[in-house]
Amino acid sequence: MEILLSLLVGVLMSVSVWLMLSRNLVKFLFGLVLISNVANLIIFKVGGLTRGAPALITDAGSEVYANSLPQALVLTAIVIGFGLVSFTLVLAFKAYQATGTVDVDDMTAAEQRHDQEKP
Amino acid sequence: MNGLLIACILTPMLTAVGSFILTSSAKARGAISVAGSLLLLLLATVLLYQVANGGPISNQMGGWQAPMGITLIADMLSAMLVMVTAIVSLSVNVYAMGDISKDRVAGGFFTFLNMLIAGVIGAFLTGDLFNLYVWFEVMLISSFALLVLGGNKVQLDGAVKYVAINLVSTVLLLTAIGLLYGLAGTLNMADLSVRVPLVESQALVSVVGVLFLVAFGIKAAVFPLYFWLPASYHTLPITVTAVFAALMTKVGIYALMRTFTIVFPGEHTMIDNTLLCLGLVTMVLGVFGAMTHSDVRRILAFHVIGSIGFMLIGLGLGSALAMGAAIFYMVHGILIKALLFMIAGIMGKLRGSFELSRLGGLYQDRPGFSMLFLLAALSLIGIPPLSGFWAKLLIIEAGLHHDATLVIIFVILVSLLTFIPLIRIWSEAFWKPCPFASTVREEKPSGDKPLGDKEDELTVIPPTMFAWVPVLGLSLIMLLIGFLPGKIIALSDMAAEGLMKPAAYLETVLPEQVNKHSFGTSVEQVAESPAELLPESAAKQSNKLNNSNEEQK
Repeated sequence: MEILLSLLVGVLMSVSVWLMLSRNLVKFLFGLVLISNVANLIIFKVGGLTRGAPALITDAGSEVYANSLPQALVLTAIVIGFGLVSFTLVLAFKAYQATGTVDVDDMTAAEQRHDQEKP
Repeated sequence: MNGLLIACILTPMLTAVGSFILTSSAKARGAISVAGSLLLLLLATVLLYQVANGGPISNQMGGWQAPMGITLIADMLSAMLVMVTAIVSLSVNVYAMGDISKDRVAGGFFTFLNMLIAGVIGAFLTGDLFNLYVWFEVMLISSFALLVLGGNKVQLDGAVKYVAINLVSTVLLLTAIGLLYGLAGTLNMADLSVRVPLVESQALVSVVGVLFLVAFGIKAAVFPLYFWLPASYHTLPITVTAVFAALMTKVGIYALMRTFTIVFPGEHTMIDNTLLCLGLVTMVLGVFGAMTHSDVRRILAFHVIGSIGFMLIGLGLGSALAMGAAIFYMVHGILIKALLFMIAGIMGKLRGSFELSRLGGLYQDRPGFSMLFLLAALSLIGIPPLSGFWAKLLIIEAGLHHDATLVIIFVILVSLLTFIPLIRIWSEAFWKPCPFASTVREEKPSGDKPLGDKEDELTVIPPTMFAWVPVLGLSLIMLLIGFLPGKIIALSDMAAEGLMKPAAYLETVLPEQVNKHSFGTSVEQVAESPAELLPESAAKQSNKLNNSNEEQK
């Protein structure tokens, strides 16, 4: 199970890096969504996987239980990540409306040099 | 239970909320913000006084003892930086009242500004790595909102780059935190300081260290990850640029300092050397970047990058002396950057543009204001007896101590080169005659509108008291630091000492554990995997229960 999860993390990470290297802003965003989930998976995995055991202590007093801290961390990260991703989506759309392109190479409005424009 | 730490975070938060819901008038919102910042300044002064006299103060949130709960802690470094942040917050809030347009205020400008301050202070005060990540997010999302507020095309374009790279750094930070948790089984900084040296595979610890270096390096605009800063900072209203330039990158440096002293204690030559090399390159590229630009805001943005280089050198040299120099440089850097950008804002108002070719004749019109700029610029370069001189002198002194000849040569060379872009601003904007001699059109102060791109006539918006008061106040503080540096240097050295020998820090957070383990000499007592941590404490608790039961019987 841990090996499977590690492989999944590896595959998702490489896919998201490939997406983020794209010049297309939309592809970059997809990469960003993926990579933030990869980070969550990593936390989940390194916290140690415990199958079929409750978090903390049960009434029966079983010896095995899952560590709940990584889950709390992942939950926080998911909430924060959700907010950031939705903001970024809106920002990308507004930027597309303003500049008329999703190709980051053409997004140069902020870095034009005024002294070169006017001879 | 000391409520001071939580009050320092809550004050800007409540100010943020209060300024939004209590009123809809722009002036009242500004007034609430300024009042909140004044209160924050007061709290920060008390905090600095208490920490300077009584050592670190800590506070366990929700009554959960560290390392189980979240710790807030103010040691000397945090207290100093909270103080400086409060000063910047006050001056920026006052400055914003004269600079920010009504529709931006209606969009919640002061809310986001104060939330940003809350995030910065939270990041300075937290003693837990995951909590640091959360404060970084609070800071980040507020900065995003400030970036796009009232967004025109240029602003949105800059925002895309800023947001994209900062989100990548956030993911890296989260990954690094996750991996460190997997290795050490805790995220409390003081607890990590005890446990990280006990981790079996130190190679993995180094890998995590490098991840932290990259994540915080992006936030701090360290070479080669600084390109987002000059791409976005000049698109913003000058008030926002001032607070970003002063605080945002420095929080990254603060996190680097914290991480590579307390979280990863002991020798890490590889990372120290990397920091040193990155510092040198960042410094040189910052100053060369500043030379190539002709927009005052972009020149100053590159100077922000340059000053990051100086702090990294202090961090990379790795002794208490060098760390003290870096901390002094940080205090100087935060204040001088806020001051310079505010002065640039007044220049823009007086001439309707930030482009050097469209500026000129300011010395004839406003000799007093010109002196203010000259003082700030000379301080940035490092001319004695201004504050920048002491900052650079301390770095050189640390370099001498380490026999780092190359570092000293670079620091002196870069300081000399810093002259060129600043003297260019001076000669172009102040000495050169005004390029539009005939058509002077006065306008009422109408907030921030896109400055002088189309018209060929001079648009003057006379700056108000809201602009002059913070600029004069900050100039006064800079002069005071310059003429009486002894106290600040002593405090910086104290802060550095606290970072290098964190005994007081550890004892404040973990009184029981430190006594029991006596700094982690007993390897066996430390659980190897996180899952084993809980039974230990659970067993302790049940023992306690049994004991109390027996006592009752």
